[in-house]
Amino acid sequence: MSALLKLQNIHKAFADVRVLEDVSLSLAAGEVVSLLGPSGCGKSTLLRIAAGLDQDYQGGLELNPLLNFGRGSGIGVVFQEPRLMPWLSVAQNVGFADGWVADDQWVEQLLRDVGLHGRGDALPKHLSGGQAQRVAIARALYGKPQVLLLDEPFSAVDAFTRMKLQDLVVELAARYEIAVLLVTHDLDEAFYLSDRVLILGGTPSRLQRELAVPLTRPRDRRSAELAYLRGEALTELYQSHVL
Amino acid sequence: MGALNLVIGRWAERLPGWRPALSDLRGWVVPLLILALLETLVRSGVLPAHQMPAPSQVAQTLYLLAQSGELWRHLNASLLRVGAGFAIGAALAIVIGTWVGLSRRAEAYLEPTFQALRAIPSLAWVPLLLLWLGIDETPKIVLIALGAFFPVYLALLAGIRNIDRKLVEVGRLYGLSSLALVRRILLPAALPSLFTGLRGALSLSWMFLVAAELIAATRGLGYLLSDGRETSRPDLVIAAILLLALLGKLSDSLLKAWETRALRWRDSYQGGEDGA
Ligand SMILES: Nc1ncnc2c1ncn2[C@@H]1O[C@H](COP(=O)(O)OP(=O)(O)OP(=O)(O)O)[C@@H](O)[C@H]1O
Ligand SMILES: [Mg+2]
Repeated sequence: MSALLKLQNIHKAFADVRVLEDVSLSLAAGEVVSLLGPSGCGKSTLLRIAAGLDQDYQGGLELNPLLNFGRGSGIGVVFQEPRLMPWLSVAQNVGFADGWVADDQWVEQLLRDVGLHGRGDALPKHLSGGQAQRVAIARALYGKPQVLLLDEPFSAVDAFTRMKLQDLVVELAARYEIAVLLVTHDLDEAFYLSDRVLILGGTPSRLQRELAVPLTRPRDRRSAELAYLRGEALTELYQSHVL
Repeated sequence: MGALNLVIGRWAERLPGWRPALSDLRGWVVPLLILALLETLVRSGVLPAHQMPAPSQVAQTLYLLAQSGELWRHLNASLLRVGAGFAIGAALAIVIGTWVGLSRRAEAYLEPTFQALRAIPSLAWVPLLLLWLGIDETPKIVLIALGAFFPVYLALLAGIRNIDRKLVEVGRLYGLSSLALVRRILLPAALPSLFTGLRGALSLSWMFLVAAELIAATRGLGYLLSDGRETSRPDLVIAAILLLALLGKLSDSLLKAWETRALRWRDSYQGGEDGA
């Protein structure tokens, strides 16, 4: 199957500072791929390019024509912060793409999916950080995307909420058959969630490694296989001086 | 003061639904005391009645004005002027402010001019407006609009420039056109500043109304002021001042109520009851 989203030989510089050099990656349908790397290595930058928010780069961004079916762009984005419109209710935020003519039933369904059933009329100021992030996830899912781009969506919540949100995203991605590109700097998260883990690093950043996680779902965080794969990866990364 | 507070507090506890209304009564204490003091001072002859009329006499003047129908004529004239001037000035400011806020190019062309115009104290326009536009309604409304324009324009511009870039990016993500971006993100996000500007503009509108009516008018509260001075009737002057205060406060309260409703979503510090 051809890729849904393909980044080819991306070079990106801010003024004279080169941030990304020759980064290529592709995302196939239904696949979960993690992008891992130290702070400031350009993960968010790469994701913004993939989302079409940054046009000022060299290289190619190829979107599968399949993405243009259905409503919206076929790509949902969850940022590092919830970025909800504070003047809109939770439900209005979820249906933001359609404004006044949002599909209320679908909004309702999504709120149920993210565990916020009945909170549609609340204002963002009445939500906790984790709830706000769940609203942001529901908003990203509203356009029935085939690709979900997540930029460290769980970094601002506590460990328990994070685990719940991780499971939520995996489950929703599976249910709605969405391919996920997840930016993270958490090795556990990357291995638990993804089929492939891409390691970004160096100055300017290049793709250092691609690690496969050949485990079936649902996965168990405590499973020995997961721990083993993670341990192997860590060893390899240390030995090759990537970390 | 403490005792009174306590008494009002007790009433309030018995009538839970009335609690906010009753605690607002605290604001009446000082004005009522001042009125009572004035009344005694004037009646006992400490203050000369031809300079400082007793509150009761002012009330009587107001009553007579209302009965003869004069009052409504003046109120009507003033309200129409302020309403028209404020609406025109604020609407222009919203349109131009949004445009300048959105476009660096518009800002480069227009900002220096507005800066220069703003440096002119608005009352300095009065003679020119009278020369150009005569002494009927137009110059008054233009003057008020001029006064209302700048507070709204400046506040809105600052509001738009302070909008979180990250929210605008969400709009771009959903492919909003620039008009939709203005309507759905920029204006709502700048609404708190806009309301601050509108309220400033409203109080300036009343000020400019008085200026305009003092100079050339045959109706209106400003005319009542100058008429009272010319006929040596301080009660008339004070009645007009009271009416101006009342209308100013009333219109500001309306705007404030609207602001509170429109900005319910805001997550900001509301102040504590006993101070921090
Ligand atoms: N608008 C910008 N102008 C100039 N430099 C920028 C800009 N945005 C990002 N950078 C630089 O690009 C580099 C990569 O930034 P980016 O936000 O992509 O990092 P990141 O990998 O997402 O980091 P983190 O894990 O902390 O979120 C950083 O060194 C940053 O200083
Ligand atoms: Mg980042």
